[in-house]
Amino acid sequence: MALLQISEPGLSAAPHQHRLAVGIDLGTTNSLVATVRNGISVVLNDSDGRSLLPSVVRYLSDGTVQVGTAAQKMQSEDPVNTIISAKRFMGRGLNDIGDTVGLPYRFVESPSHGQGKSTGMLQLRTVAGVKSPVEVSAEILKVLRSRAEEALGGELVGAVITVPAYFDDAQRQATKDAAKLAGLNVLRLLNEPTAAAIAYGLDNASEGVYAVYDLGGGTFDISILKLSKGVFEVLATNGNSALGGDDFDHRIYCWLLEKNNLSALNAQDTRQLLTRARSGKEDLTKNVETTFTAILTGGETINSTLTQHDFHVMSQNLVANTLQSVRRALRDAGLKVEDIKGVVMVGGSTRMPQVQHAVAEFFKQTPLTNLDPDKVVALGAAIQANVLAGNRSADDWLLLDVIPLSLGIETMGGLTEKIIPRNSTIPSARAQEFTTFKDGQTAMSIHVLQGERELVSDCRSLAKFELRGIPPMVAGAARIRITFQVDADGLLNVSAYETGSGVQAHITVKPSYGLSDAEITRMLQESNQHAQDDMVARALREQQVEGEQLIEAVENALDQDGEALLSPSELGHIRSAMDELRAILQTGNHLAIKRAITGLNDATVTFAQARMDKSVSHALGGRKITDLEEV
Amino acid sequence: MQSLNVDFQQNFFRLFGLSECYLLDNAQLDLQYHALQTRVHPDKFAHLPESERRLSMQWATRVNEAYQTLRRPISRARYLLSLHGVDTQEETNTAMPVDFLMAQMEWREAVEAAQQSGDIGQLEKLESRLQQEVQYLQESLAVKIDHEHSYAAAAEGVRKLKFMEKLAEEIASAYDEIDS
Repeated sequence: MALLQISEPGLSAAPHQHRLAVGIDLGTTNSLVATVRNGISVVLNDSDGRSLLPSVVRYLSDGTVQVGTAAQKMQSEDPVNTIISAKRFMGRGLNDIGDTVGLPYRFVESPSHGQGKSTGMLQLRTVAGVKSPVEVSAEILKVLRSRAEEALGGELVGAVITVPAYFDDAQRQATKDAAKLAGLNVLRLLNEPTAAAIAYGLDNASEGVYAVYDLGGGTFDISILKLSKGVFEVLATNGNSALGGDDFDHRIYCWLLEKNNLSALNAQDTRQLLTRARSGKEDLTKNVETTFTAILTGGETINSTLTQHDFHVMSQNLVANTLQSVRRALRDAGLKVEDIKGVVMVGGSTRMPQVQHAVAEFFKQTPLTNLDPDKVVALGAAIQANVLAGNRSADDWLLLDVIPLSLGIETMGGLTEKIIPRNSTIPSARAQEFTTFKDGQTAMSIHVLQGERELVSDCRSLAKFELRGIPPMVAGAARIRITFQVDADGLLNVSAYETGSGVQAHITVKPSYGLSDAEITRMLQESNQHAQDDMVARALREQQVEGEQLIEAVENALDQDGEALLSPSELGHIRSAMDELRAILQTGNHLAIKRAITGLNDATVTFAQARMDKSVSHALGGRKITDLEEV
Repeated sequence: MQSLNVDFQQNFFRLFGLSECYLLDNAQLDLQYHALQTRVHPDKFAHLPESERRLSMQWATRVNEAYQTLRRPISRARYLLSLHGVDTQEETNTAMPVDFLMAQMEWREAVEAAQQSGDIGQLEKLESRLQQEVQYLQESLAVKIDHEHSYAAAAEGVRKLKFMEKLAEEIASAYDEIDS
């Protein structure tokens, strides 16, 4: 119980078993799962001793799914159904992908918004049906989850899943939805550069301002962090969620087409050449030149040699693009290159010599690479998961992250008005008042966008929030206060009420590039081999676990503060709610358990407030908030 | 039950245990901010009951808002004046001394010229001079608010700072334009 253990340093969580929690790096190219064991963060390997799980999912006609190396082996043979780099499609529409040449998949345009199906996220037609990138990612997460549960010998309490810092709300929500489909409880969505900083920071424990340069398979992030006395504070973050190692592969692929006078290749040849391009790229990290050989399905032979120098030249503007983001981040942080104490390189793509050289030259120092760039993110996520699960709080360290892109709403004339600016520390909230346009108007639609530009058309549409239940009044009389809240995962929640009457408005979210609740439920049902029975059993167990954990948490709270902060009757009230929940947990009645959980939560609201007040006043050196006077 | 009844309407300065002054020790503010967030941040409540998680979110958000308001001179001044019932009228009151407006035009032209010619060096010089101007304005604000308690006069100072802030944004855009 973090709140209370702060005053008792050195004690671990209350006497019960260590909660099993993991950190998951859901990468574009490879995924990993790590955990903290005996105080050390370690990556968990599969039964063959491999730590990296290729983020490749293959769908077969019999309905089975292959994930990882097995799927990867078939990518050239079955390119249409072997999905690679699904991360690049999360929360993205078909227009975002742009040049689909070189992508062998069969894309499906989602039905347009407002026809009952709200999603604008692209989908892929496979031999097993139409799949959302969310479902593809869920398959990867399922494998990692089994790997972890097998290695740790028990069920997971939750996972911290990393996302690129520059991922927008839709991409983040898609990641969370994938976790839900995989049956994972998300403790936190953690930004990849921040996760890397945690892994480095705790190893080196050195104060100062650091830059984390994270170039993965499909995304680029730059984060500027300040590390001081156990506080990791992100000062600014920038990047490009559509730039990564894959784009370097693509350069080589285009060069191969040009060099060999090829065009309009079929799916197999496309995948084959892309695969060659990737291994050639990796070859050029160590060697001055590399040769590409291949035989295409039509019989044409490829035999082309590429030098390191030429590769560097053809990929120059990709590297330059990353440095542009770095300059922006530094400006937003109000810092110069000289202020940066150390540079951390993260992501497999940072192995490329031209990238290392460019970064070293820009920052005028040698980047830190002592931790494996492929594993550092998962390791950091595991450290955070350990804290969030409640296993460890003796070491007081705090993570203050930011929202990467400004949030705004559409106003008259196709313009956006920024509500929450980029690089605001999260959680963050802003309230705005609106009024009605017509007499008797009871509903309102707010279009939320993300981005820095002024025109709606230049920003990323996030969602339309429809408010209903506004009391009918004369036009302009209603005062609707809408609160935009960004939580610690970087996700937006909107709430609204009419200030005159106090009536809470009912809000329906229509995500522009996301899945509706109904779609997720359908996917959950479809993925479940044993359909109904399993779902019911699972729901019951989840409630039982939640109930047990709640009782434990309240017991601890009462042990610590019950006597000091509660009157005998208040204490009695809480105890009886706890007893009721205990009794109902035995019954196996899922709805009754849910009700009893709500009952106990409600009974502890004021107690929770009192404990929070006490904690806050401790933070201010023991003075009671109400006692503070002007000094 | 012992109840401290913390009021969410409470003053940002009190939240951090600081006196209501324009002049502020940023290091002290940072320390208090960290101390508070260490207690209330959602990461400390991830495994705790829903009621506590909700409280944590409210508190952490409030603490962030308070910190962001106090750490920047212009928002701090604006907030202080609002505590004294003075609205800085940044959106509505555009009447400024003529010489100030003339200077603003010159600044704008200089930034635009530097952007057109892609002169980063010149932009840096302008930025540096702007920072100095802002420094003078802040010192004068400190006197008006903390010593003279002349809040209406201070409101004009805040409006001037707002113009300077817009100029700083234009310089940032200029850098961006040259960069792309």
